[in-house]
Amino acid sequence: MSPPVAPPGWSRWLVPPAALSVHLSIGQAYAWSVFKPPLESALGLSGTQSALPFQLGIVMLGLSAAFGGTLVERNGPRWAMTVALVCFSSGFLLSALGAATEQYWLIVLGYGFVGGIGLGIGYISPVSTLIKWFPDRPGMATGIAIMGFGGGALIASPWSAQMLESFGSDNDGIALAFLVHGLTYAVFMTLGVLLVRVPRTEKPVEGAPSILAGPQVSARQAVRTPQFWCLWVVLCMNVTAGIGILEKAAPMITDFFKDTSTPVSVTAAAGFVALLSAANMAGRIGWSSTSDLIGRKNIYRVYLGVGAVMYALIALFGDSSKPLFILCALVILSFYGGGFATIPAYLKDLFGTYQVGAIHGRLLTAWSTAGVLGPLIVNWIADRQEEAGRSGAALYGLSFVIMIGLLGVGFVANELVRPVDARHHIPAPSAASGNSATPSEKESADVQRQQPESA
Amino acid sequence: MSSDSSQSPPDRRGLIAFAWVWVGVPLVYGVYELVQKATQLFTG
Repeated sequence: MSPPVAPPGWSRWLVPPAALSVHLSIGQAYAWSVFKPPLESALGLSGTQSALPFQLGIVMLGLSAAFGGTLVERNGPRWAMTVALVCFSSGFLLSALGAATEQYWLIVLGYGFVGGIGLGIGYISPVSTLIKWFPDRPGMATGIAIMGFGGGALIASPWSAQMLESFGSDNDGIALAFLVHGLTYAVFMTLGVLLVRVPRTEKPVEGAPSILAGPQVSARQAVRTPQFWCLWVVLCMNVTAGIGILEKAAPMITDFFKDTSTPVSVTAAAGFVALLSAANMAGRIGWSSTSDLIGRKNIYRVYLGVGAVMYALIALFGDSSKPLFILCALVILSFYGGGFATIPAYLKDLFGTYQVGAIHGRLLTAWSTAGVLGPLIVNWIADRQEEAGRSGAALYGLSFVIMIGLLGVGFVANELVRPVDARHHIPAPSAASGNSATPSEKESADVQRQQPESA
Repeated sequence: MSSDSSQSPPDRRGLIAFAWVWVGVPLVYGVYELVQKATQLFTG
Protein backbone atom coordinates (compact mmCIF):
# COMPACT_ATOMS: atom_id res chain seq x y z
CA MET A 1 0.00 0.00 0.00
CA SER A 2 1.42 3.43 -0.97
CA PRO A 3 1.15 6.31 1.48
CA PRO A 4 -1.73 8.73 0.69
CA VAL A 5 -0.17 11.73 -1.04
CA ALA A 6 -1.69 15.17 -0.43
CA PRO A 7 -3.39 16.82 -3.41
CA PRO A 8 -2.16 20.29 -4.43
CA GLY A 9 -3.05 22.96 -1.88
CA TRP A 10 -3.68 20.48 0.95
CA SER A 11 -3.23 22.32 4.24
CA ARG A 12 -0.78 20.93 6.77
CA TRP A 13 -3.17 22.13 9.50
CA LEU A 14 -5.45 19.20 8.61
CA VAL A 15 -2.82 16.74 9.81
CA PRO A 16 -2.75 17.59 13.56
CA PRO A 17 -6.54 17.00 13.96
CA ALA A 18 -6.11 13.72 12.07
CA ALA A 19 -3.41 12.74 14.58
CA LEU A 20 -5.48 14.00 17.50
CA SER A 21 -8.52 11.93 16.49
CA VAL A 22 -6.37 8.82 16.94
CA HIS A 23 -4.45 9.87 20.05
CA LEU A 24 -7.51 11.26 21.88
CA SER A 25 -9.15 7.86 21.31
CA ILE A 26 -6.33 5.52 22.29
CA GLY A 27 -5.54 7.71 25.32
CA GLN A 28 -8.67 6.11 26.79
CA ALA A 29 -6.35 3.33 28.00
CA TYR A 30 -5.38 5.41 31.03
CA ALA A 31 -9.05 5.61 32.06
CA TRP A 32 -9.40 1.81 32.32
CA SER A 33 -9.64 2.11 36.11
CA VAL A 34 -13.24 3.39 35.69
CA PHE A 35 -14.26 -0.13 34.59
CA LYS A 36 -12.41 -1.95 37.37
CA PRO A 37 -14.90 -1.71 40.31
CA PRO A 38 -18.00 -2.60 38.19
CA LEU A 39 -16.15 -5.53 36.58
CA GLU A 40 -15.00 -6.77 39.98
CA SER A 41 -18.53 -6.79 41.38
CA ALA A 42 -20.30 -8.01 38.22
CA LEU A 43 -17.90 -10.87 37.40
CA GLY A 44 -16.49 -11.57 40.88
CA LEU A 45 -12.91 -10.56 40.04
CA SER A 46 -10.02 -9.53 42.28
CA GLY A 47 -8.26 -6.19 41.84
CA THR A 48 -5.30 -7.95 40.21
CA GLN A 49 -7.57 -9.76 37.74
CA SER A 50 -9.48 -6.62 36.77
CA ALA A 51 -6.18 -4.85 35.99
CA LEU A 52 -5.15 -7.57 33.49
CA PRO A 53 -6.73 -6.06 30.33
CA PHE A 54 -4.95 -2.74 30.96
CA GLN A 55 -1.61 -4.38 31.75
CA LEU A 56 -1.74 -6.62 28.68
CA GLY A 57 -2.79 -3.58 26.63
CA ILE A 58 0.31 -1.63 27.72
CA VAL A 59 2.57 -4.63 27.03
CA MET A 60 1.02 -4.96 23.54
CA LEU A 61 1.43 -1.20 23.03
CA GLY A 62 5.18 -1.51 23.59
CA LEU A 63 5.54 -4.67 21.49
CA SER A 64 3.46 -3.52 18.54
CA ALA A 65 5.13 -0.07 18.48
CA ALA A 66 8.57 -1.73 18.58
CA PHE A 67 7.92 -4.47 16.04
CA GLY A 68 5.27 -2.79 13.86
CA GLY A 69 7.12 0.49 13.31
CA THR A 70 8.79 -0.55 10.07
CA LEU A 71 5.44 -1.70 8.64
CA VAL A 72 3.94 1.66 9.60
CA GLU A 73 6.73 3.47 7.75
CA ARG A 74 6.38 1.22 4.70
CA ASN A 75 2.59 1.33 4.39
CA GLY A 76 2.02 4.91 5.50
CA PRO A 77 -0.11 6.66 8.11
CA ARG A 78 -3.51 5.84 6.60
CA TRP A 79 -2.82 2.11 6.75
CA ALA A 80 -1.55 2.51 10.34
CA MET A 81 -4.56 4.55 11.44
CA THR A 82 -6.91 2.01 9.85
CA VAL A 83 -5.19 -0.84 11.70
CA ALA A 84 -5.38 1.19 14.93
CA LEU A 85 -9.10 1.92 14.36
CA VAL A 86 -9.98 -1.71 13.60
CA CYS A 87 -7.96 -3.15 16.49
CA PHE A 88 -8.94 -0.58 19.11
CA SER A 89 -12.66 -0.66 18.25
CA SER A 90 -12.92 -4.42 17.79
CA GLY A 91 -11.14 -4.77 21.14
CA PHE A 92 -14.09 -2.99 22.72
CA LEU A 93 -16.61 -5.03 20.71
CA LEU A 94 -14.99 -8.29 21.84
CA SER A 95 -15.04 -6.98 25.41
CA ALA A 96 -18.75 -6.20 25.04
CA LEU A 97 -19.34 -9.80 24.00
CA GLY A 98 -17.22 -10.98 26.93
CA ALA A 99 -19.17 -8.88 29.45
CA ALA A 100 -22.56 -9.91 28.00
CA THR A 101 -21.68 -13.64 28.15
CA GLU A 102 -19.69 -13.29 31.41
CA GLN A 103 -16.57 -14.65 29.70
CA TYR A 104 -13.81 -12.53 31.24
CA TRP A 105 -11.06 -14.05 29.06
CA LEU A 106 -12.76 -12.39 26.06
CA ILE A 107 -12.34 -8.98 27.72
CA VAL A 108 -8.65 -9.69 28.38
CA LEU A 109 -8.17 -10.89 24.80
CA GLY A 110 -10.25 -8.08 23.28
CA TYR A 111 -9.23 -4.98 25.23
CA GLY A 112 -5.76 -6.19 26.21
CA PHE A 113 -4.42 -8.10 23.22
CA VAL A 114 -6.36 -6.85 20.17
CA GLY A 115 -6.95 -3.34 21.53
CA GLY A 116 -3.32 -3.17 22.70
CA ILE A 117 -2.09 -3.65 19.13
CA GLY A 118 -4.30 -0.69 18.20
CA LEU A 119 -2.67 1.36 20.98
CA GLY A 120 0.87 0.71 19.76
CA ILE A 121 0.24 1.19 16.04
CA GLY A 122 -2.02 4.19 16.72
CA TYR A 123 0.57 5.84 18.98
CA ILE A 124 3.29 5.88 16.33
CA SER A 125 0.99 6.25 13.29
CA PRO A 126 1.05 10.07 12.90
CA VAL A 127 4.53 10.85 14.27
CA SER A 128 6.57 10.54 11.10
CA THR A 129 3.88 12.28 8.98
CA LEU A 130 3.62 15.24 11.38
CA ILE A 131 7.40 15.71 11.36
CA LYS A 132 7.39 15.72 7.55
CA TRP A 133 4.62 18.33 7.40
CA PHE A 134 6.22 20.54 10.08
CA PRO A 135 9.99 20.41 9.40
CA ASP A 136 10.20 23.93 10.85
CA ARG A 137 8.35 23.02 14.09
CA PRO A 138 8.63 19.26 14.69
CA GLY A 139 8.49 19.62 18.48
CA MET A 140 5.21 21.51 18.36
CA ALA A 141 3.68 19.10 15.85
CA THR A 142 4.45 15.93 17.79
CA GLY A 143 3.60 17.76 21.02
CA ILE A 144 0.03 18.29 19.77
CA ALA A 145 -0.43 14.59 18.98
CA ILE A 146 1.17 13.25 22.13
CA MET A 147 -0.76 15.77 24.22
CA GLY A 148 -3.82 14.06 22.73
CA PHE A 149 -2.81 10.77 24.34
CA GLY A 150 -2.91 12.51 27.73
CA GLY A 151 -6.17 14.22 26.80
CA GLY A 152 -7.81 10.91 25.88
CA ALA A 153 -7.96 9.82 29.50
CA LEU A 154 -9.41 13.18 30.57
CA ILE A 155 -12.29 12.69 28.13
CA ALA A 156 -12.87 8.98 28.70
CA SER A 157 -12.75 9.05 32.48
CA PRO A 158 -15.91 11.18 33.11
CA TRP A 159 -17.59 9.94 29.90
CA SER A 160 -17.22 6.24 30.80
CA ALA A 161 -18.29 6.91 34.40
CA GLN A 162 -21.47 8.68 33.24
CA MET A 163 -22.22 5.85 30.82
CA LEU A 164 -21.91 3.20 33.52
CA GLU A 165 -24.18 5.31 35.74
CA SER A 166 -26.83 5.42 32.99
CA PHE A 167 -26.55 1.81 31.77
CA GLY A 168 -25.97 0.21 35.17
CA SER A 169 -22.90 -1.49 36.60
CA ASP A 170 -24.05 -5.08 36.07
CA ASN A 171 -22.58 -7.17 33.24
CA ASP A 172 -25.26 -6.03 30.74
CA GLY A 173 -24.59 -2.37 31.54
CA ILE A 174 -20.83 -2.88 31.16
CA ALA A 175 -21.38 -4.73 27.86
CA LEU A 176 -23.49 -1.86 26.52
CA ALA A 177 -20.87 0.67 27.64
CA PHE A 178 -18.12 -1.30 25.85
CA LEU A 179 -20.29 -1.49 22.72
CA VAL A 180 -20.90 2.28 22.70
CA HIS A 181 -17.18 2.93 23.28
CA GLY A 182 -16.20 0.66 20.36
CA LEU A 183 -18.65 2.24 17.92
CA THR A 184 -18.01 5.84 19.00
CA TYR A 185 -14.23 5.51 18.80
CA ALA A 186 -14.55 3.88 15.35
CA VAL A 187 -16.50 6.91 14.07
CA PHE A 188 -14.20 9.40 15.83
CA MET A 189 -10.99 7.84 14.49
CA THR A 190 -12.39 7.72 10.94
CA LEU A 191 -11.62 11.44 10.66
CA GLY A 192 -7.93 10.66 11.03
CA VAL A 193 -8.04 7.89 8.42
CA LEU A 194 -9.80 10.18 5.93
CA LEU A 195 -7.72 13.31 6.51
CA VAL A 196 -4.18 12.07 6.89
CA ARG A 197 -1.85 12.69 3.93
CA VAL A 198 1.89 12.68 3.38
CA PRO A 199 3.32 15.82 1.76
CA ARG A 200 3.62 15.66 -2.03
CA THR A 201 6.98 17.43 -2.07
CA GLU A 202 10.10 17.31 0.04
CA LYS A 203 9.55 20.98 0.94
CA PRO A 204 5.91 21.26 2.07
CA VAL A 205 6.51 24.74 3.52
CA GLU A 206 8.20 27.63 1.76
CA GLY A 207 11.34 28.69 3.59
CA ALA A 208 11.34 25.63 5.87
CA PRO A 209 14.03 22.96 5.70
CA SER A 210 13.57 20.03 3.30
CA ILE A 211 12.22 16.74 4.67
CA LEU A 212 15.37 15.07 3.40
CA ALA A 213 17.74 17.67 4.88
CA GLY A 214 20.41 16.20 7.14
CA PRO A 215 21.40 12.59 7.69
CA GLN A 216 18.90 9.77 7.10
CA VAL A 217 19.28 6.58 9.13
CA SER A 218 17.15 3.43 8.91
CA ALA A 219 15.49 1.96 12.00
CA ARG A 220 17.59 -1.21 11.70
CA GLN A 221 20.77 0.87 11.66
CA ALA A 222 19.61 3.33 14.34
CA VAL A 223 19.43 0.68 17.07
CA ARG A 224 23.12 -0.04 16.40
CA THR A 225 24.16 3.51 17.26
CA PRO A 226 25.14 4.75 20.75
CA GLN A 227 22.86 7.75 20.18
CA PHE A 228 19.76 5.52 20.17
CA TRP A 229 20.73 3.93 23.48
CA CYS A 230 21.65 7.27 25.04
CA LEU A 231 18.16 8.52 24.20
CA TRP A 232 16.70 5.24 25.47
CA VAL A 233 18.34 5.92 28.85
CA VAL A 234 17.24 9.59 28.77
CA LEU A 235 13.58 8.66 28.14
CA CYS A 236 13.61 5.79 30.63
CA MET A 237 15.06 7.95 33.43
CA ASN A 238 12.76 10.90 32.73
CA VAL A 239 9.64 8.70 32.67
CA THR A 240 10.72 6.80 35.81
CA ALA A 241 11.07 10.10 37.66
CA GLY A 242 7.61 11.24 36.57
CA ILE A 243 5.95 7.96 37.42
CA GLY A 244 7.64 8.13 40.82
CA ILE A 245 5.29 11.02 41.65
CA LEU A 246 2.31 10.00 39.51
CA GLU A 247 2.05 6.48 40.88
CA LYS A 248 1.52 7.50 44.50
CA ALA A 249 0.43 11.14 44.15
CA ALA A 250 -2.70 10.97 46.32
CA PRO A 251 -1.23 9.00 49.28
CA MET A 252 2.02 10.99 48.96
CA ILE A 253 0.46 14.42 49.48
CA THR A 254 -1.71 13.02 52.29
CA ASP A 255 1.33 11.46 54.03
CA PHE A 256 3.46 14.58 53.61
CA PHE A 257 1.03 16.84 55.47
CA LYS A 258 -0.57 14.28 57.81
CA ASP A 259 1.06 15.62 60.97
CA THR A 260 0.84 19.32 60.08
CA SER A 261 -1.76 21.96 60.93
CA THR A 262 -3.10 21.74 57.34
CA PRO A 263 -3.72 18.03 56.56
CA VAL A 264 -4.90 17.11 53.05
CA SER A 265 -8.35 15.49 52.73
CA VAL A 266 -9.12 12.60 50.35
CA THR A 267 -11.11 15.00 48.11
CA ALA A 268 -8.27 17.52 48.00
CA ALA A 269 -5.80 14.72 47.18
CA ALA A 270 -8.00 13.74 44.21
CA GLY A 271 -7.86 17.38 43.10
CA PHE A 272 -4.04 17.24 43.34
CA VAL A 273 -3.98 14.17 41.06
CA ALA A 274 -6.18 16.02 38.54
CA LEU A 275 -3.87 19.02 38.66
CA LEU A 276 -0.89 16.75 37.95
CA SER A 277 -2.72 15.42 34.86
CA ALA A 278 -3.18 19.01 33.67
CA ALA A 279 0.55 19.71 34.15
CA ASN A 280 1.42 16.49 32.30
CA MET A 281 -0.74 17.56 29.35
CA ALA A 282 0.42 21.18 29.32
CA GLY A 283 4.06 20.01 29.42
CA ARG A 284 3.55 17.89 26.32
CA ILE A 285 2.59 20.81 24.11
CA GLY A 286 4.39 23.62 25.99
CA TRP A 287 7.85 22.14 26.52
CA SER A 288 7.90 20.29 23.21
CA SER A 289 7.13 23.55 21.35
CA THR A 290 9.84 25.30 23.39
CA SER A 291 12.33 22.69 22.17
CA ASP A 292 11.90 24.08 18.63
CA LEU A 293 13.32 27.37 19.94
CA ILE A 294 16.07 26.29 22.35
CA GLY A 295 17.05 22.91 20.89
CA ARG A 296 16.40 19.33 21.91
CA LYS A 297 19.57 18.77 23.93
CA ASN A 298 18.96 21.92 25.97
CA ILE A 299 15.35 21.08 26.75
CA TYR A 300 16.38 17.65 28.07
CA ARG A 301 19.02 19.38 30.19
CA VAL A 302 16.10 21.30 31.72
CA TYR A 303 13.88 18.20 32.15
CA LEU A 304 16.63 16.18 33.82
CA GLY A 305 18.64 18.89 35.61
CA VAL A 306 15.81 21.08 36.88
CA GLY A 307 13.77 17.91 37.53
CA ALA A 308 16.50 16.71 39.92
CA VAL A 309 16.48 20.11 41.67
CA MET A 310 12.68 19.88 42.06
CA TYR A 311 13.01 16.44 43.65
CA ALA A 312 15.70 17.80 46.00
CA LEU A 313 13.44 20.70 47.03
CA ILE A 314 10.57 18.32 47.80
CA ALA A 315 12.88 16.03 49.79
CA LEU A 316 14.39 18.90 51.80
CA PHE A 317 11.53 21.36 52.29
CA GLY A 318 8.40 19.67 50.87
CA ASP A 319 6.79 18.85 54.20
CA SER A 320 7.14 22.43 55.48
CA SER A 321 5.41 24.17 52.59
CA LYS A 322 2.37 22.86 50.75
CA PRO A 323 2.62 25.38 47.86
CA LEU A 324 6.27 24.42 47.34
CA PHE A 325 5.41 20.70 47.32
CA ILE A 326 2.59 21.22 44.81
CA LEU A 327 4.65 23.53 42.58
CA CYS A 328 7.62 21.13 42.44
CA ALA A 329 5.37 18.14 41.71
CA LEU A 330 3.63 20.07 38.91
CA VAL A 331 6.96 21.02 37.34
CA ILE A 332 8.18 17.39 37.52
CA LEU A 333 4.96 16.16 35.85
CA SER A 334 5.20 18.82 33.13
CA PHE A 335 8.75 17.56 32.41
CA TYR A 336 7.43 13.99 32.35
CA GLY A 337 4.91 14.94 29.64
CA GLY A 338 7.45 17.11 27.84
CA GLY A 339 9.94 14.24 27.73
CA PHE A 340 7.44 12.00 25.93
CA ALA A 341 6.43 14.67 23.43
CA THR A 342 9.91 15.94 22.56
CA ILE A 343 11.59 12.59 21.91
CA PRO A 344 10.26 12.15 18.30
CA ALA A 345 11.75 15.53 17.32
CA TYR A 346 15.06 14.60 19.00
CA LEU A 347 15.06 11.36 16.98
CA LYS A 348 14.36 13.32 13.80
CA ASP A 349 17.31 15.64 14.52
CA LEU A 350 19.65 12.65 14.88
CA PHE A 351 18.28 10.07 12.45
CA GLY A 352 16.29 12.13 9.90
CA THR A 353 12.70 11.64 8.79
CA TYR A 354 13.17 8.41 6.80
CA GLN A 355 12.06 5.91 9.47
CA VAL A 356 11.61 8.20 12.47
CA GLY A 357 8.26 6.58 13.36
CA ALA A 358 9.80 3.10 13.45
CA ILE A 359 12.75 4.33 15.51
CA HIS A 360 10.30 6.01 17.89
CA GLY A 361 8.41 2.74 18.19
CA ARG A 362 11.58 0.90 19.20
CA LEU A 363 12.47 3.61 21.71
CA LEU A 364 9.10 3.21 23.44
CA THR A 365 10.47 0.04 25.09
CA ALA A 366 12.10 2.57 27.45
CA TRP A 367 8.58 3.63 28.48
CA SER A 368 7.59 0.01 29.21
CA THR A 369 10.75 -0.43 31.31
CA ALA A 370 10.10 2.79 33.22
CA GLY A 371 6.49 1.74 33.75
CA VAL A 372 7.80 -1.19 35.79
CA LEU A 373 10.80 0.58 37.37
CA GLY A 374 9.11 3.77 38.67
CA PRO A 375 6.23 2.21 40.64
CA LEU A 376 8.51 -0.59 41.86
CA ILE A 377 11.01 1.84 43.41
CA VAL A 378 8.44 4.08 45.10
CA ASN A 379 6.12 1.33 46.34
CA TRP A 380 8.85 -1.06 47.50
CA ILE A 381 10.71 1.64 49.43
CA ALA A 382 7.52 3.08 50.97
CA ASP A 383 6.51 -0.41 52.14
CA ARG A 384 9.95 -1.09 53.68
CA GLN A 385 9.95 2.32 55.42
CA GLU A 386 6.49 1.66 56.81
CA GLU A 387 7.65 -1.72 58.13
CA ALA A 388 10.52 0.09 59.82
CA GLY A 389 7.96 2.20 61.70
CA ARG A 390 8.41 5.42 59.73
CA SER A 391 5.53 7.63 58.60
CA GLY A 392 4.71 10.85 56.74
CA ALA A 393 7.35 12.38 54.45
CA ALA A 394 9.98 9.91 55.76
CA LEU A 395 8.33 7.15 53.71
CA TYR A 396 9.51 8.76 50.48
CA GLY A 397 12.91 10.34 51.29
CA LEU A 398 15.00 7.45 49.98
CA SER A 399 12.84 7.16 46.80
CA PHE A 400 13.49 10.82 46.06
CA VAL A 401 17.26 10.38 46.48
CA ILE A 402 17.11 7.44 44.02
CA MET A 403 15.04 9.55 41.58
CA ILE A 404 17.65 12.34 41.74
CA GLY A 405 20.33 9.73 40.98
CA LEU A 406 18.36 8.35 38.02
CA LEU A 407 17.82 11.86 36.64
CA GLY A 408 21.59 12.38 36.98
CA VAL A 409 22.20 9.24 34.91
CA GLY A 410 19.76 10.56 32.29
CA PHE A 411 21.51 13.95 32.31
CA VAL A 412 24.89 12.31 31.61
CA ALA A 413 23.35 10.16 28.82
CA ASN A 414 21.95 13.34 27.22
CA GLU A 415 25.38 14.98 27.40
CA LEU A 416 26.86 11.98 25.57
CA VAL A 417 24.57 12.45 22.55
CA ARG A 418 26.57 13.43 19.47
CA PRO A 419 25.62 13.56 15.76
CA VAL A 420 25.34 10.07 14.22
CA ASP A 421 28.49 8.83 12.49
CA ALA A 422 28.33 9.04 8.67
CA ARG A 423 28.84 5.26 8.29
CA HIS A 424 25.28 4.75 9.59
CA HIS A 425 23.75 7.19 7.07
CA ILE A 426 21.83 6.05 4.02
CA PRO A 427 23.62 7.12 0.79
CA ALA A 428 22.19 10.10 -1.08
CA PRO A 429 18.99 9.10 -2.98
CA SER A 430 20.54 9.63 -6.41
CA ALA A 431 22.99 6.78 -5.74
CA ALA A 432 20.22 4.17 -5.72
CA SER A 433 19.45 2.63 -9.05
CA GLY A 434 19.49 -0.68 -10.90
CA ASN A 435 18.75 -4.25 -9.89
CA SER A 436 22.13 -4.81 -8.28
CA ALA A 437 21.54 -2.21 -5.57
CA THR A 438 23.08 -2.95 -2.17
CA PRO A 439 20.80 -3.04 0.93
CA SER A 440 21.60 0.58 1.78
CA GLU A 441 20.98 1.61 -1.83
CA LYS A 442 17.62 -0.15 -1.66
CA GLU A 443 16.87 1.77 1.55
CA SER A 444 17.87 4.91 -0.27
CA ALA A 445 15.41 4.08 -3.04
CA ASP A 446 12.79 3.53 -0.33
CA VAL A 447 13.36 7.09 0.89
CA GLN A 448 12.55 8.18 -2.65
CA ARG A 449 9.41 6.05 -2.81
CA GLN A 450 8.08 7.53 0.43
CA GLN A 451 8.56 11.06 -0.96
CA PRO A 452 6.87 10.87 -4.36
CA GLU A 453 8.16 14.13 -5.82
CA SER A 454 11.41 14.43 -3.96
CA ALA A 455 13.71 13.66 -6.87
CA MET B 1 7.22 21.43 -6.68
CA SER B 2 5.28 22.29 -9.79
CA SER B 3 1.73 23.55 -10.32
CA ASP B 4 -0.35 20.54 -11.40
CA SER B 5 -3.12 22.57 -12.99
CA SER B 6 -3.98 26.10 -13.94
CA GLN B 7 -6.91 26.07 -11.44
CA SER B 8 -6.26 27.33 -7.93
CA PRO B 9 -6.58 24.61 -5.25
CA PRO B 10 -9.96 24.41 -3.47
CA ASP B 11 -10.52 26.50 -0.34
CA ARG B 12 -10.23 24.08 2.60
CA ARG B 13 -10.86 26.50 5.46
CA GLY B 14 -14.26 24.92 6.16
CA LEU B 15 -12.73 21.46 6.34
CA ILE B 16 -9.95 22.71 8.63
CA ALA B 17 -12.50 24.33 10.96
CA PHE B 18 -14.64 21.16 10.99
CA ALA B 19 -11.63 18.95 11.76
CA TRP B 20 -10.48 21.13 14.66
CA VAL B 21 -14.02 21.35 16.10
CA TRP B 22 -14.31 17.53 15.80
CA VAL B 23 -11.31 17.01 18.08
CA GLY B 24 -11.62 20.26 20.04
CA VAL B 25 -15.10 19.73 21.49
CA PRO B 26 -14.33 16.46 23.33
CA LEU B 27 -10.99 17.88 24.47
CA VAL B 28 -12.66 20.98 25.93
CA TYR B 29 -15.17 18.68 27.70
CA GLY B 30 -12.27 16.68 29.20
CA VAL B 31 -10.40 19.80 30.30
CA TYR B 32 -13.60 21.25 31.84
CA GLU B 33 -14.15 18.07 33.87
CA LEU B 34 -10.48 18.16 34.91
CA VAL B 35 -10.66 21.76 36.09
CA GLN B 36 -13.79 20.95 38.12
CA LYS B 37 -11.90 18.14 39.83
CA ALA B 38 -8.66 20.08 40.29
CA THR B 39 -10.41 22.88 42.18
CA GLN B 40 -11.13 20.33 44.93
CA LEU B 41 -7.48 20.71 45.94
CA PHE B 42 -8.24 24.24 47.10
CA THR B 43 -11.83 23.70 48.29
CA GLY B 44 -11.84 20.06 49.51
